[in-house]
Amino acid sequence: MLGKLTWAAIPFDQPIPLFAAALVGVVIAGVLILVVLKGWFPYLWREWITSVDHKRIGVMYTFLAMVMLLRGFTDAIMMRSQQALAFQAPGYLPPEHYDQIFSAHGTLMIFFVAMPFVIGLMNFAVPLQLGVRDVAFPTLNSVGFWLTATGALLVNLSLVVGEFARTGWLPYPPLSELAYSPGVGVDYYLWSLEISGVGTLLSGVNLVTTVLKMHAPGMRYLRMPMFCWTTLAANLLIVAAFPILTATLAMLLLDRYLGFHFFTNTAGGNVMMFMNLIWAWGHPEVYILILPAFGVFSEVISTFSRKPLFGYRSMVAATMAICILAFMVWLHHFFTMGAGADVNAMFGIATMIIAVPTGVKVFNWIFTMFGGRIVYSTPILWSIGFMVTFVIGGMTGVLLAVPPADFVLHNSLFLVAHFHNVIIGGVLFGGFAGYSYWFPKAFGFRLHEGLGKAAFWCWFVGFYVAFMPLYVLGLMGMTRRMQHYDVPAWHPWLLIAAGGAAIILAGIILQIAQLVVSIRHREALRDETGDPWNGRSLEWSTPSPPPAFNFAVLPHVEGIDAYWSMKQAPPNAEPDYEAIEMPRNSPTGFICAFFASIMGFALIWHIWWMVAVALVGAYATFVVFAWRDRDEYTIPAATVARIDRANRGAREAALIHAQAAS
Amino acid sequence: MDADLRRHDEDAPPLGGVLPLGGVLTWGRRRLDRHLPGLHREVLRRACRDTVKAVVMSAKPDGSRDSGGPVRRHRSVGVRAAAVMASLLLAGCHAAVLDPQGVVGVADKTILIDSLAIMLAIVVPTLAATLGFAWWFRASNARARYLPDFVYSGRLELIVWGIPLLVITLLGGVAWIGSHALDPYQPLASKTPPLEVQVVSLDWKWLFIYPKQQIASVNALEVPAGVPIHFTLTSASVMNAFFIPQLGSMIYTMNGMTTQLNLLADSPGTFAGLSSHYSGDGFSGMHFAVHAVPADQFTAWVEATRKSGPTLDASSYEALAKQSMDTVPYTYRAADPGLFEQIVTQKVPPGPGPTAGRPDVTVSPRTGG
Repeated sequence: MLGKLTWAAIPFDQPIPLFAAALVGVVIAGVLILVVLKGWFPYLWREWITSVDHKRIGVMYTFLAMVMLLRGFTDAIMMRSQQALAFQAPGYLPPEHYDQIFSAHGTLMIFFVAMPFVIGLMNFAVPLQLGVRDVAFPTLNSVGFWLTATGALLVNLSLVVGEFARTGWLPYPPLSELAYSPGVGVDYYLWSLEISGVGTLLSGVNLVTTVLKMHAPGMRYLRMPMFCWTTLAANLLIVAAFPILTATLAMLLLDRYLGFHFFTNTAGGNVMMFMNLIWAWGHPEVYILILPAFGVFSEVISTFSRKPLFGYRSMVAATMAICILAFMVWLHHFFTMGAGADVNAMFGIATMIIAVPTGVKVFNWIFTMFGGRIVYSTPILWSIGFMVTFVIGGMTGVLLAVPPADFVLHNSLFLVAHFHNVIIGGVLFGGFAGYSYWFPKAFGFRLHEGLGKAAFWCWFVGFYVAFMPLYVLGLMGMTRRMQHYDVPAWHPWLLIAAGGAAIILAGIILQIAQLVVSIRHREALRDETGDPWNGRSLEWSTPSPPPAFNFAVLPHVEGIDAYWSMKQAPPNAEPDYEAIEMPRNSPTGFICAFFASIMGFALIWHIWWMVAVALVGAYATFVVFAWRDRDEYTIPAATVARIDRANRGAREAALIHAQAAS
Repeated sequence: MDADLRRHDEDAPPLGGVLPLGGVLTWGRRRLDRHLPGLHREVLRRACRDTVKAVVMSAKPDGSRDSGGPVRRHRSVGVRAAAVMASLLLAGCHAAVLDPQGVVGVADKTILIDSLAIMLAIVVPTLAATLGFAWWFRASNARARYLPDFVYSGRLELIVWGIPLLVITLLGGVAWIGSHALDPYQPLASKTPPLEVQVVSLDWKWLFIYPKQQIASVNALEVPAGVPIHFTLTSASVMNAFFIPQLGSMIYTMNGMTTQLNLLADSPGTFAGLSSHYSGDGFSGMHFAVHAVPADQFTAWVEATRKSGPTLDASSYEALAKQSMDTVPYTYRAADPGLFEQIVTQKVPPGPGPTAGRPDVTVSPRTGG
């Protein structure tokens, strides 16, 4: 009846996951009780869960990323403390638990922190920057988000029911094959990523179409803000790369469920095929993450330097060059497989070539600051912190692209330090820059500056204290994923690294405090005009938070930095307001994901009847959606006029106030 | 170029070719010598020695050099902090990759440091420019010129594309020459013929078979110093990577396939070896000591090994292939010379993995779920 699922799946004998699960359970129950008691459920259902508004979906993606960051960071703290303790000792995490933790840490941080963070920012900001009212496929967008949430749910469920993969964040066969990983851990991994991978692909299709096809009048491609360009590049990569991931993991699923032999040791399976395929997705993936972050930094550095972006066309060329080159370097993840000198050298050089457009970007940001008037708000601190950190991380990356250097550093903590250097220093700093930059646009009030800056410094210093020792450890020959070790020289460095993790923890606590304090003082931090940073692109021409329809009248774009040039021109007369049609909300995404979660769980535990029921449910949801007659609603012209007049009034008042002050 | 490197040039022409690398590496090395003397091997050693001295001095309770007056004693917190820092630096001197003991490791390290030097030549000015411009052009600095229209400059464009391109061209040359000269499959030139060693990674230990000597060892590797070693590697079950940091390059082991690796220990010594590719619960215990001994001592070891211990054949291999952790090193007095081939061609089936639906209780402490 319940397949492989029995009471033995609950780890009653292991206090750590049980306690963690109980804590999470209590928190979730508390939130649910609060929602029910306060009567918030109808509001949440109407305004958020069923929303197809790109801004709401963007916020939910970002929220998911931040919650998962807490979970992934908890894993990080456990790993750092285990390695700090496990010098000539077993530590407190036995191998079969420790192995799950580092696998879950990597999986969560890449798929359920970094991905939703950048997709959330793109979803929120891109239609606003393009001067349009929504993305190309609003309901598809909602489906994409909820399927991502399903993946996150399944990974977290593995904490209590069964186990997670013990294979590392990429399940290399044959370790991940049934013969060596007979448990459900790898199945949790595979089904989570199959389901969320579909969500990511849908989101990619949606955003590519949006950037290519949906523009305000006059918004030509070479007038789009840089963030739109990097969004285009990143989502082209998603569309091209995620099917590879889905297919590769599907092959592994066939091996595990139906006795196929794609990657098995026996019957002609080949592990090298898995490594090639997974990295043919995996390397573009890092550019999927970093390109949107590059876009955020371009926006932030330009805005806070009070200057247009330096070398805009150069930046566009560099972005698209990275987009193409990203597919030509995957083999550098396994130089040590013995491919031969020509192959290794070719891929090493191809990897280095990516450093050229990346270097161009860094130089252009530097020249954007040159001659600027840099206002030191939180977002630019993250950006400058990024530039310093990323240049170092890029350098160690190119070092690893030199095959003979990789022969002694591959899989070492040097490698771990390198990719954290670029993913924390690049993607996460970019995410935080975007979060503090667009937060007032999303919610109508700014985040507390002091706490934001304090959080930045903790993250910045904490990063260096936590990861510079790992570079040293890599040079000392320490390899990654060690549950215990007995080399005395490694121990002090691991203690320092653990201290760095504690400093980052302080940064995270400050960020939570920042959010709480900002919400409590939201009246004082209110953004009345919708343009708190003296912005340059069109999102700042809307009220904060923007109305469902974004723009009362679609703006006419006449150059780069469209809103900046509008501000230089004399204020135009009030436009003629017209009624606006917007897509109706739909629970399709949520219900689909509900059935997908059940289906994923049932597949993991071999509960075949439940798989069938869930599949029918998901398909029926789709059919009901496809047959609906009314898919839009109309916002009357009077409502549009009322909202827009209020914002125009606030802006005029602010202008008069500024003139009076000067 | 220090003396050690030059010695290898004479001994080993193909690897020696790496080190001069035409003008490229000489340029890098000269830059390195000028700008980063601290990374130079000899200097590194000296720094280690000085650090030891500093630690020893500061560790003495009152410091025999200064006659512990009140002021001095006041300072001792600082001294102790310095001692902690110094001991860390000392730990840094144990950096195995930067302290190679074999010709391959030396060449790997040279390329690593040369590449780093080439990149630092551009990275350091970039970092300085980032911080410098960010600070100078702060809004509160009245002396900084505001240039809101400075958004394009053809000359700068040329520089921002040109400089990275030049650096990468240089570095690409290093990568190309380096990966050819240091191809792990390439035999090391030497007057003495190489010692053949067959390596099998198992769950979770290493098996070393000496086919000519017809002996084998588990989790310990005995090799003659100064003699090239030709490793042929495979895996009994899952992937691993064979790595002796102080001797140089690593390589994967995979079931049903062989890889090859050529290494050499310059002089006698004991080096740490490990698996550098995660392979499951017992992975952390997959380390082994490499004893490089003088050639005659190696012959003696072979003779001694032949006298005692179990024999390695298909049936004892089957027992060995079962999962076990932290295996204590031991040797086999006789090893079937065809066993390796049988493992590679899967005439001997791949390792069985965990016995039940979950890890065996004798293998892993987990009893539940």
